[in-house]
Amino acid sequence: MAGTDGIVDVAIVGSGPAGLSAAAHAAAKGMSHVLLEKTDHLSDTIYKYQKGKHVMATPSHLVLRADLDFDAGKREAILDTWNRQLGEAQANVMLNAEVTAIEGAAGDFKLTLKNGRTVRAKAVVMAIGTQGNPNLVRCPVGEGAVVQYQLDDPGEYVDEHIVVIGAGDAGIENAMGLAADPQQGNKVTIVNRSRDFATAKAANVQALLAMEGEGRITVMLETTASAINQGEIVFDTRDGEVRAPCDRVIARMGSAPPRAFVEAACAEFEEREGKRAIKAGTGIAFTSADRVAYPRLTPTFESTVPGIYVIGALAGYPLIKHCMNQGHDVIEFLAGNTSLKPADEPILEEKFADLPGKQSVDEWLALFGRNVVILQELSTLQLRELMLDSDARYFKAGEVIFTRNDPGSSMFAIAQGSVAVEVNPKDPSVTVPIGEGLIFGEVGLISGRRRGATIRAAEPTIALEFSRNAALKLLATAPSAARAVNRISIERQLLQMFGSGLTSEDLEEIVEAAVVEDKRAGEVIIEEGADDKDVFVIRRGSVVVEKSIGGHPVFLNYLPAGSYFGEMAVIDGSKRTATVKSAIKSQVVRFPGDAFNRLLERKPALREKALTDMAARRKLNAFVEERKESFGDAADYHSQTAQFLVDNGIGEATDVLLIDETLCVGCDNCEKACADSHDGLSRLDREAGRTYAHLHVPTSCRHCEHPHCMADCPPNAIKRGPDGEVFIDETCIGCGNCQRNCPYGVIRMDAKPPKKPGLLSWMFLGLGPGPGEASYSWRKKKAEASGKEVPKVAIKCDMCSGIEGGPACVRACPTGAAIRVGPEKFLSVAQIGKVG
Amino acid sequence: MATLAPEKAGRPTDHESFLVHKRFRWLWIAVLLCIAAGVGYAYADVKPRPNGGSWYGYTLGTIALLLIVWLSLLGVRKRAMTEGRWSLKAWTSAHVYLGLSLVVIATLHTGFQLGWNIHTLAYALMMLVIASGLYGITVYAKLPEKLSNNRGEMSKRQMVESLAALDRQLDAAAQPLAREESDRVIAALEQDPFRAGVLARLTNSYPGCRTARALKDFARDHELDAHEQRVAGLLHKRAAQLAQIRRQMQLRALLDVWLYVHIPATVALLGALTAHVVSVFFYW
Repeated sequence: MAGTDGIVDVAIVGSGPAGLSAAAHAAAKGMSHVLLEKTDHLSDTIYKYQKGKHVMATPSHLVLRADLDFDAGKREAILDTWNRQLGEAQANVMLNAEVTAIEGAAGDFKLTLKNGRTVRAKAVVMAIGTQGNPNLVRCPVGEGAVVQYQLDDPGEYVDEHIVVIGAGDAGIENAMGLAADPQQGNKVTIVNRSRDFATAKAANVQALLAMEGEGRITVMLETTASAINQGEIVFDTRDGEVRAPCDRVIARMGSAPPRAFVEAACAEFEEREGKRAIKAGTGIAFTSADRVAYPRLTPTFESTVPGIYVIGALAGYPLIKHCMNQGHDVIEFLAGNTSLKPADEPILEEKFADLPGKQSVDEWLALFGRNVVILQELSTLQLRELMLDSDARYFKAGEVIFTRNDPGSSMFAIAQGSVAVEVNPKDPSVTVPIGEGLIFGEVGLISGRRRGATIRAAEPTIALEFSRNAALKLLATAPSAARAVNRISIERQLLQMFGSGLTSEDLEEIVEAAVVEDKRAGEVIIEEGADDKDVFVIRRGSVVVEKSIGGHPVFLNYLPAGSYFGEMAVIDGSKRTATVKSAIKSQVVRFPGDAFNRLLERKPALREKALTDMAARRKLNAFVEERKESFGDAADYHSQTAQFLVDNGIGEATDVLLIDETLCVGCDNCEKACADSHDGLSRLDREAGRTYAHLHVPTSCRHCEHPHCMADCPPNAIKRGPDGEVFIDETCIGCGNCQRNCPYGVIRMDAKPPKKPGLLSWMFLGLGPGPGEASYSWRKKKAEASGKEVPKVAIKCDMCSGIEGGPACVRACPTGAAIRVGPEKFLSVAQIGKVG
Repeated sequence: MATLAPEKAGRPTDHESFLVHKRFRWLWIAVLLCIAAGVGYAYADVKPRPNGGSWYGYTLGTIALLLIVWLSLLGVRKRAMTEGRWSLKAWTSAHVYLGLSLVVIATLHTGFQLGWNIHTLAYALMMLVIASGLYGITVYAKLPEKLSNNRGEMSKRQMVESLAALDRQLDAAAQPLAREESDRVIAALEQDPFRAGVLARLTNSYPGCRTARALKDFARDHELDAHEQRVAGLLHKRAAQLAQIRRQMQLRALLDVWLYVHIPATVALLGALTAHVVSVFFYW
């Protein structure tokens, strides 16, 4: 090892798992090196983990190559091991050495430290991670409010209302740490922006949900913070604004690469618009302009500045094991061992073994990254990680990739070749091609629905299949991929809505200008009388249309996902004729009216369709206008009934059981029929639930558009069937997540009861418990007698899928009180007390 | 203004009661059947006089017999949840209107010859079944709304739990009271407030209700201290909760009571019919 005045072979910046491992390996190889750490201790990220935190060692199938040991265990044990082993290896460590600038070129870099000293090195390994640059809360933070971005010791806080924002691993672990000891008396709430825990480890999610089930922690999904004040936090939830007491906010919303510092390494600067800016083509380049993009690297981790290597989280690998392997590998590369393959090589080799052409893993990865649009901005390293959780499959020409109505929530991308979509189920010869580089199957990913069409390989094709979790992770970490998937799904939704005769070229202008917007519950999207000219498509959720009559909002219409609105003002240039607001938290696609108009001009058939739709709407508007004098109570009643239905989840329902209580005699034949149609257990509770104006919403599945129950099903057993029914298949493991996630309490956990004696034996011989669900005691006695242990599984309505005649509850109602309605019909049900 | 998502086909959304099912389809069929039977009766050349034993009488008798057997199968249909495109509502609708048409068909079948015999017994039983059914239609049309109003949004279990909660509060609140007063509360709590005969249930009158009696006693005392006021208040709540449950039980009883006539009378009718048919063929 050379002295500090001399020049070392490699300077390693950052002593996290990656840097430590690199230093240890350099020491072991006798390569002169220095490990620069900006704090006064090693591995600051792990050091900052909360006390006693259990550190996991995933992915478990990956071998560890590093000279340091690492296994799942407590934070303290791991840090001790590393400190000891690094000392034993006699690595050269420099603490309190924050690098502020890197200059020079390969063979002689000059690293300037904050304390004024300099270090010279032939090569630089950047292993600074991303923790120094946490994502900040974006909502307004009031004076006196406590917001922190890390949690050192969860035992420090007592009797506090603490809100953890972000349900990644860090957030979940913090929240569980704070709530672990009931003696501390903390009220802990964890908030997640989406419905799924896409970025967290499965074990963490399960532990969190278990704690929620015990009532020790509050989990809020589909929620964001909209304001943080002293002692209070305001949430924006699916159902509107919620206020809660809050003494402390811990924000764990991930972190982004410390880009400015990295980009400036060895860069040349120029004056641009009066500011010092990096000259193009110099410094370390990133894959894209996105805030969360990573540096562009070669497979040997070399950045666009020769001699500077980037490893670890900054390279896009957040897991400890990956980081440590990379630390080992980068030293090997520097030592000239360029033929070394990454540790995950054998896993990928096996995955790609069946592909034709006998190419190497690197060649395949390069091909995927080049050809597949959504992967183009990923670094090779990110691509490697993605492929570890995905599959690459080869299909012969004509081979079926998936069949219509297959369950499946994975997304595909065509790496080579093309596929044909059978758009007409009756005539397989009618197909639409999807070309190389594009994706398909994204509907399954977004909605969990069954496959909508059979897809075949049109020629010999290599397709990548991303599992639901891998795909969600891809969308969460690669904004370019998210944008690409968004674009394709908007285009396909428009094509489906506006019907045949349109091509994706026709829609190009509209899709280009489309913006996806999230709307809070109750947020106004269009204001009556306003002059704006945008057209909207509802992607998720639903909206209500209202007209102001004498200062009173009168309910006009309810629109579920898949509808469009706002075209009226665009077509005839008038002002907005009604107010549209979201019924529940919704997502709409906004596109400019003039682009829509141009599309209509090009496509007379579409214009015709739009005008027909418009005429019907205008009739209703005119009807409301003309009767406004005599409206009064009837209109109020109508509005309120509609509001009641929205409040009770019909806003997100696709098919719901309603009971008209002016007809219901309470015979419970619906429940009995339900039990007799499904293994002897009823999936509905007629009497429970809310009632308004004699319209009763029993406890029974609403088959939500975006089912809450689907969010966290470990075996992915909850699916959507061809008729829109949400059902649980036989792979259910009985964990109870869905039961906890359902806001309407329609899922029960129970064991399938033994078979009952038949109807005639009951009628004439009095055998068995008779029609309907047998009493608990009968079921228990029978089950014990049979001696078989039957596990409890989740049970919910499947809309009598596969039973001829349809839902048994409706068929078995003797008086016509039980009806099933979908969003398109529920208005007419709300009009029981007819307005006219 | 907007366009709905395409409607899904084949969803059973016909929102109408069993009485108006498919625009009174079965009412029309029943009326036509009655008119046809009446016209046939007027024009059939039966000698010496209209009689159950004539060819026309046999025709009507066979129709009536088949109808009765089919009508009585509603009980099986209701309980056998088989697959298929049937709806119990359609069955109920047909049951009601075809059942009523029997009044005309079976009466014409008798040829207005009634007497004290097994044949007239069958006829009388049938009319009893129909009369109880008429009562059933009336209560089915009128009472569900009252049932719904009375229960608010409470389920049976919630009502019982609410009563149990009140009882626990009463028990605790009555501790500081004088012996005599607390005895009254204990007496009210010990009593099974729902034990009553059929008549009491149907008329919703519970003269022996000790909660009501205890309330009356408290009301006589014009100077209640804080403990007594609290107990009196709880007793009021208990009385109100009892009233809701009892009203619910009354309505359910009114909705169900006719079945205790309708079903046994149907079984008896099937027996009498068998005797009627067998005897006719035997002694012909």
